[in-house]
Amino acid sequence: MQAEEASEKLVREITVEIKNEDGLHMRPAMLFVDVASRFSCDIRVSNPECSADGKSIMQMTMLAATQGSKLTIRAVGADAEKAIAALRQLVEGEKFGGVSVSDLTEQKD
Amino acid sequence: MEVKKGIGVSPGIAIAKSVVIDSEEYRIPRRSIMSSQRKMEIKRVREAFLDAVAELSKLDEAQSIEERKIRDIFAVHMSFLRDRSLRKKITDLIYSECLTAEYAVSTTLREIATRIAQVKDAYISERAADIYDIERRLLKHLLGEKREDVAHLTEEVVVVAHQLSPTQTAGFNRTFVKGIATDVGGRTSHSAIVARSLGIPAVVAVEDVSAAVGAGDMVIIDGNRGVVVISPDDETVREYEQYLRDFERLEHELDAIRDKPAVTRDGTQVQMLGNIEFPDETQIVLAKGGQGIGLYRTEFLYLYNEQEPTESDHYEAYAEAVLAFTYRPVVIRTMDLGADKYTQSKRYTPEPNPCLGLRSIRLCLQDLSMFKTQLRAILRVSVLGDVKIMFPLITNLEELRHAKMILHDVMEDLDEESIPYKHDIEVGIMIETPSAALTAGTLARDVDFFSIGTNDLIQYTLAVDRGNERVATLFSAGEPAVLRLIRAVVQDAYRAKIGLHICGEMASEPEYIMLLLGMGVRTFSLAPPMIPEVKKIIRSVTITDCNQLTRKILTMNSRRQISNYLMDATRKIIPEVF
Repeated sequence: MQAEEASEKLVREITVEIKNEDGLHMRPAMLFVDVASRFSCDIRVSNPECSADGKSIMQMTMLAATQGSKLTIRAVGADAEKAIAALRQLVEGEKFGGVSVSDLTEQKD
Repeated sequence: MEVKKGIGVSPGIAIAKSVVIDSEEYRIPRRSIMSSQRKMEIKRVREAFLDAVAELSKLDEAQSIEERKIRDIFAVHMSFLRDRSLRKKITDLIYSECLTAEYAVSTTLREIATRIAQVKDAYISERAADIYDIERRLLKHLLGEKREDVAHLTEEVVVVAHQLSPTQTAGFNRTFVKGIATDVGGRTSHSAIVARSLGIPAVVAVEDVSAAVGAGDMVIIDGNRGVVVISPDDETVREYEQYLRDFERLEHELDAIRDKPAVTRDGTQVQMLGNIEFPDETQIVLAKGGQGIGLYRTEFLYLYNEQEPTESDHYEAYAEAVLAFTYRPVVIRTMDLGADKYTQSKRYTPEPNPCLGLRSIRLCLQDLSMFKTQLRAILRVSVLGDVKIMFPLITNLEELRHAKMILHDVMEDLDEESIPYKHDIEVGIMIETPSAALTAGTLARDVDFFSIGTNDLIQYTLAVDRGNERVATLFSAGEPAVLRLIRAVVQDAYRAKIGLHICGEMASEPEYIMLLLGMGVRTFSLAPPMIPEVKKIIRSVTITDCNQLTRKILTMNSRRQISNYLMDATRKIIPEVF
């Protein structure tokens, strides 16, 4: 999927700070993965120690980003622009904090 | 080669490759596979993921889980199960290291869990539990697949497991399952009883046997001596093969006395009955020379069906056994559920101390409609043969009279409906609590027979949980307190001129036969495969010798002394059984 779009390789990168008290625990990580998976571009999330596939809940959980940690999100691919915008909105938005996943999914429906 | 000691609960020797099942909650041993098997293992991982996703989706659909938190957890599980990179990590491990699917799943998820647990943030580190949960879920599907294997065997195996439920054990195909070894359990745990009824050699309480044995390892199960040998060397295999031949010769000899009466050398007749769990076991009882059924456990009707059994379910199950024994006794024990056995349809509230809780006759007396359904079926079947009713776990006269009153109610109902039954059907009770044993003289006036249930009687007298391997060695019929109670019950039965059976495990342990005969027991009810052996002992002794031995034993105050004396005495008469 990525290979086909290699000719049009757009690279976008931002750095965000995890503001919610509980850090990037499983449910926010899951939300992140859900949003990231909607895009075809390659998404890597990294902190100074390691980097993770933004579409893998396992890897995102292992990042273990606590409150205040800074994460670099790097998107490579045709829809990188849109992906970064959506992820920024998610991470910086209020909903990323204490709100539980099911609240969000219910609102989505 | 590794030799492990446990408790032999079902006699016989088995030498075969192993199938390891049900390692839930247990460390999965590292097992290598051949590189040609990798594709298969990777396929199994993929299927386990798919099955787990399907299972979760079903839970979600069911909507019985309304709590949002639980749904969140499942959502997280789902997202892990759909994570391709997680699956890839697992399959890469199988590919590069040639490991089993179970091990790769377990290691990978435990590694993730460990990493998460190390994070210095309580909220994140606590999430490790979720990862363990996902591991368990996947393992359940992987191991569940093996459980299927047990149902579709094509070669002889021994089954190794952490624990087996009676249901699992009863489902084994006797043609292929040659032996059983489990980490936990005791001589009288229910899967042991089932193994014995099926005649499958079994050793339980072998600590970590399910972790030590790898699938496909050659394993020897010695149910006579309570030993499990893992990956035996050639010499050990030869020794055991010889032993197995000797054992089979003894079995053969025993079969030869099948149709001979159980009579002592000095002419005392003894009645040999069988304990059964399922109606089709009547065939085993007949094949082993049993003269009737002394204990028909009826719990299977409740345990193995989705719905509570109807009157006709009961009737059919009883009729099958009664018709197999035309005019020979069939003692049907009313429902003995609770404690370690529960019904499918009724999930009773867990009790802190189930053995002292709402079980057996107590449960029946609280759930009258269930109790009456069973009693109606027993009464209706009574016209087909020599059927007797037996109430379990009676502790005092009120309870007995209450149960009998319900029986009379049911009889009146049948009278009104003009449904025939045997009006003088014999009613007996199990003597399995110290309370009943101590008041047997009083209880005897209200019943036609006693049946001493030694398993529970020992458990309640000695305050030892028979299924707890850490104290199981304290469980013994040879304790002076137990022997005195049994002696008293037998005497009370004689005084009241009522029938007396013994139906616990004690009746099938060779070293106690002479003692029981000496105490006056003339009806033995035991696991069908044990009938020939016990009959052989009976045919080899005289009542005079038994009486003498009993007088001697009853003066002894230590269990060890008693056990040694009994062993020696029995060995002198019939050395082959040890």
